[in-house]
Amino acid sequence: MDGFEDIIKEFLVESYENLDKLDGDLVALEDTPDDRERLARIFRTVHTIKGTSGFLALPKLERVTHVGENLLVPLRDGELTLTRPIADTLLEMVDAIRAILQRVELGQGEGEDDYDGLVARLQAALDQSSPSLESPGSQEPPPSHAPAPAPAAAADATDATDATDETAPVDSDHDAATQDAPPASAPSKQEPSLVDASVRLDVGLLDKLVNLVGELVLARNQIVQFSRSMDDAPMLAAAQRLNQITTELQEGVMKTRMQPIRNAWGKLPRVVRDLAASCGKQIDVRMEGEETEIDKTVLEAIKDPLTHIVRNVIDHGIEPPEQRIACGKRPQGTLQLKASHEGGQMIMQIIDDGAGIDTDAVRAKAIEKGLLTESQAAQLNQTELTNLILLPGFSTASSVTNVSGRGVGMDVVKTNIESIGGTLSIQSEPGEGTTLRIRIPLTLAIIPVLLITADGDRYAIPQVSLIELVHIDSQRAGHEIEFIHDAPMFRLRDRLLPLVYVDEQLGLHPPRHRGDRPTDLNIVVLQSDGRQFGLVVDEITDTQEIVVKPLGHHLKDIPVYAGATIMGDGRVCLILDPIGLALAGGITDGQTERQLPATIPTKRPHAGSQESLLIVDLGNDARAAIPLSSVARLEEFSPQSIERLGGFDVVQYHGQTIPLFTFNQSLECQRLNLTGQHGSPTSPLHTVVFRDGNRVAGVVVGTILDILQQRSLREIPDDGDRDPTHLVIQGRVTQVIDLNAFLQHALRQWDQAGFAA
Amino acid sequence: MTDTATHYRSDSYCTFLVDGLLYGIEVQKVQEVLRTQPTTRVPLAPGVVRGLINMRGHIVSTLSLRSALGLPAGSNVRQEMNVIVRSPEGPVSLLVDEICDVVRVEQSDCEPIPGTLRRQQRMFLRCAYKLQQRLLLILDADRVATVPH
Repeated sequence: MDGFEDIIKEFLVESYENLDKLDGDLVALEDTPDDRERLARIFRTVHTIKGTSGFLALPKLERVTHVGENLLVPLRDGELTLTRPIADTLLEMVDAIRAILQRVELGQGEGEDDYDGLVARLQAALDQSSPSLESPGSQEPPPSHAPAPAPAAAADATDATDATDETAPVDSDHDAATQDAPPASAPSKQEPSLVDASVRLDVGLLDKLVNLVGELVLARNQIVQFSRSMDDAPMLAAAQRLNQITTELQEGVMKTRMQPIRNAWGKLPRVVRDLAASCGKQIDVRMEGEETEIDKTVLEAIKDPLTHIVRNVIDHGIEPPEQRIACGKRPQGTLQLKASHEGGQMIMQIIDDGAGIDTDAVRAKAIEKGLLTESQAAQLNQTELTNLILLPGFSTASSVTNVSGRGVGMDVVKTNIESIGGTLSIQSEPGEGTTLRIRIPLTLAIIPVLLITADGDRYAIPQVSLIELVHIDSQRAGHEIEFIHDAPMFRLRDRLLPLVYVDEQLGLHPPRHRGDRPTDLNIVVLQSDGRQFGLVVDEITDTQEIVVKPLGHHLKDIPVYAGATIMGDGRVCLILDPIGLALAGGITDGQTERQLPATIPTKRPHAGSQESLLIVDLGNDARAAIPLSSVARLEEFSPQSIERLGGFDVVQYHGQTIPLFTFNQSLECQRLNLTGQHGSPTSPLHTVVFRDGNRVAGVVVGTILDILQQRSLREIPDDGDRDPTHLVIQGRVTQVIDLNAFLQHALRQWDQAGFAA
Repeated sequence: MTDTATHYRSDSYCTFLVDGLLYGIEVQKVQEVLRTQPTTRVPLAPGVVRGLINMRGHIVSTLSLRSALGLPAGSNVRQEMNVIVRSPEGPVSLLVDEICDVVRVEQSDCEPIPGTLRRQQRMFLRCAYKLQQRLLLILDADRVATVPH
C-alpha cells in the first residue's frame, strides 16, 4: 500500500496548499465579486479535490465538494453574484474540507461528522439565488451513487472538460492538461508550464543540505587560510576555486529555502475578515511587497508573532465604524502590510489607520500594574510611552476579549522576534494610527560577523547589530573621551555614545577609571534594543561568514555569548551577543550604573533600585538634584555666544536655536536674562540640556558638582504637580527637581513665543 | 549496594590518572580520547570549564576533572588528555593527567564509597574496585559532565 499512501500524501500536501490560496481568494472576491479568473481558480481547486476524493474513496469529502462546485459554477459564469452569505458558506466549506483532510492525514478516515447542515446550506444558497437555473454541475450523477471510485473520477474529469468548454474560455490551456494527464494531479496546477520545471522537496532534506553547506563553508574557510600559508601556486588556485564554488553553492542552497513573505501573510486576510466581523468592525487589508523573500525558518518563526500583532490591531487598534465616522474617517479601517529588503534584513511594517496608542491610558496602566512609578512615567516621552506596551505583563484592553487580551502580551511578540535576531519598534500617532516595524535577518544559518580581539583572544560580533567602526588614537582619546563619573563616553557626531570595554565585560581587565592614561581606542558601534553604544575592543581584525553553533549547557546561561563557531585555523571562536553585552554593560538596563538618559526600564524597578542624580549648585549655595535620566547633555556655553531673541536668552546649539532658562529662588523655571541677572559674566555657563522629542532647552546652573547613585527616590511621594521634594544627600539638603514638569513649563513659554522650530 | 542494574552490567572501565589516583568511566560512555587540543578559553564561564575545543566540527566544552573534584591544579596542564564522554547534554571532554588501560573488574571486588570523603568528591563517585595494586574509583560520568557549578 506504499504507493497508495504516497498518493494520499501528495493529495494532502497539494490540497492544503490550494486551500490556503482559496481562503485568500474568497476574501478577495468579496471586494471584486466579478473577478472571473479568481472564480475559475477557486472552481478548479474545489473540482480537483472533488475528483481526487472520488478516486481515493472519500465519499464525505466528495459530497461536500460536489455541492460546493455546483454553487461555484454559476458564480464563475457570472449568473450569480458572490454575496456575503454565500462567501460565508463557501468559507465554511473550506473549513470542512480542511477538517476532513486533517482526519485523513491522521489516518482516521473522514471522521464522524457528515456535514449535512453544510451541504444543505450550500444547496440552499444555490437554489435560493437561482431557482430557475439548472447549473451544469447538477447534471452530474450525484456522487452518492458512485461507489466505484475510479470510474467516478474519470467521469468527473470528462465533466470538467465539458464544463470548461462551455463556459470558461480562460481555461483552454487547462483543458489540454486535463485530457492527457491523470485526473488526480494535473488540473490543480494553475500554470501547467511550471509542472515539469519544479519538484516538491522534503523540508528535512533542505535543512540537512543547509547544515552541510554550513559545514562546508567552515571547511572552506580552513582550507583557504591553510593554502595562504603555503607557497604553492596550484594549491592556491584550487583553494580559490573551492572558495568560489562554495560561495555559489551556499547562495544556491540558501535560495532554495527562501520563500516569499506571502506565505506568512496568506492566512491573514481570512483572520482579519473573521475577527473584524466578530468585533463589528470593517477592515481592508492591503499588502505590498508580498514577493519579498525570506528564509523558511525565519518565515515560520515570524508567523505566530505576526498573527498576534494583527489580532491586536483589529481588537485594539482600529475603531468601530461609528467611532471612525465620528472622527471623520472612512468607516472601513485599513491594515497595511509592507515588506522590503534592506541590507541583509527584511523590514516588515504593519500599519493601521486606527486610533493610535493612547499614551495616557498606557501610562495609567503601567502605573497601575506597578511597572513604573508616577514620577518615572512623567519623564517618558511619547515614543517611550508607546514602547511601554512591549513590557511583560502589559495589556491596555480593559476587558478580556476573545480576540486578544488572553494574557499573552506584546512582550511575547517582541521576545519571539528578538529570538530570531530581529527587532520590533512601534510608532503611534494618536488618532492617526500605529506603525509596527519589524526588522528580521533574511537567514539564520550563516551570518556575517566582525572579528575582534580582546586580551589576546578572538571573538566574533554579528554584523546585524554593527553600525560603524571608529578608531581614536591616544592623543585624541585624552580629550575626546569624556567621563560621567567613571563611565566613559564618546561624542560621536554630537551624540553621546556610552563606551563599554569588552575586556571589562568579560572579566579580563579591571574596570577603568576617570583619569587613567589614555590609550588608542578601537570602538565598534553597536545597536541593541534601539540604543547605540560603543564596544571598545583591542583590535578589529576581519570579517567572515560563519555558522552559529550552540554552546554546551555549562555556558548557555552566560548572556554575553550568542554561540560559538569554528574558524579557519580550526580553533573555536566565541560569538558575542550585543544584546547580552548591552545588558551586562548597563546600556539597556535602567538599573545599572552606566545608564543612558531616558532609558525605558526593561525590568520592574524594585524597591531598592538605584537612580543616578546630577547634583548641581544653583549659584546661591543651594543644591539641587536632577534625575540623570532626564538629562540629554551637559554643556558649557561661553557668555559671548548667548544671543537675545524676543525676551529669551538663546544659544546656537547643533544647528538649532535653543532657549536658556534658569532656576529662581523658589526653584521655579525662569527665563535666563544675562544682562539683568549676572551683570556680564566671563566664566562659561554650565548648562544642563534637556530634550523632549525635537524640542531642546537648556537650564543654566551655577556649577555641576557630582553624579551619584541614590536609592529609592521613587518611593518619596509626589505631593504636587511640580513641588520639589528634598533629600539629604552627602549631608546637605538637596532639592529634587522634577525636570519634566519644569521643562514642560519652560517649553510652553518658548512655544507660545512662536520661535520653536 | 542497591545501585541500578545498568551499573553492574558494565564491568569494563576506561581508566586514567588524576592527581595520582586511578579513576574509571564505563567504556560505553567514552566516545574517544584525544591529545591536548587547542583550547579557546571562555571568560565568565564556571571554574570547571577550561574552554572549548573543536572535535571534528563539533564544539565541545572541556572540563577540568581536577577542578571538579576539588583537587589542586596540575603542573603539566599542557600534557592533559581529553577523555570525551557521552553525556545527556552531548559530548563533553574531561581533562585528565594520564590515560591508563581499559580494565575488567570482578563484581566481588566492588566496595561502596565510604562516607568519610568530602562531599564534593563523594557526589561524583559511584564505587571503588579493589584492584591488586591499588583502588579504582568509578566516576559517575553523567554527573561530572553536567556539574552545575
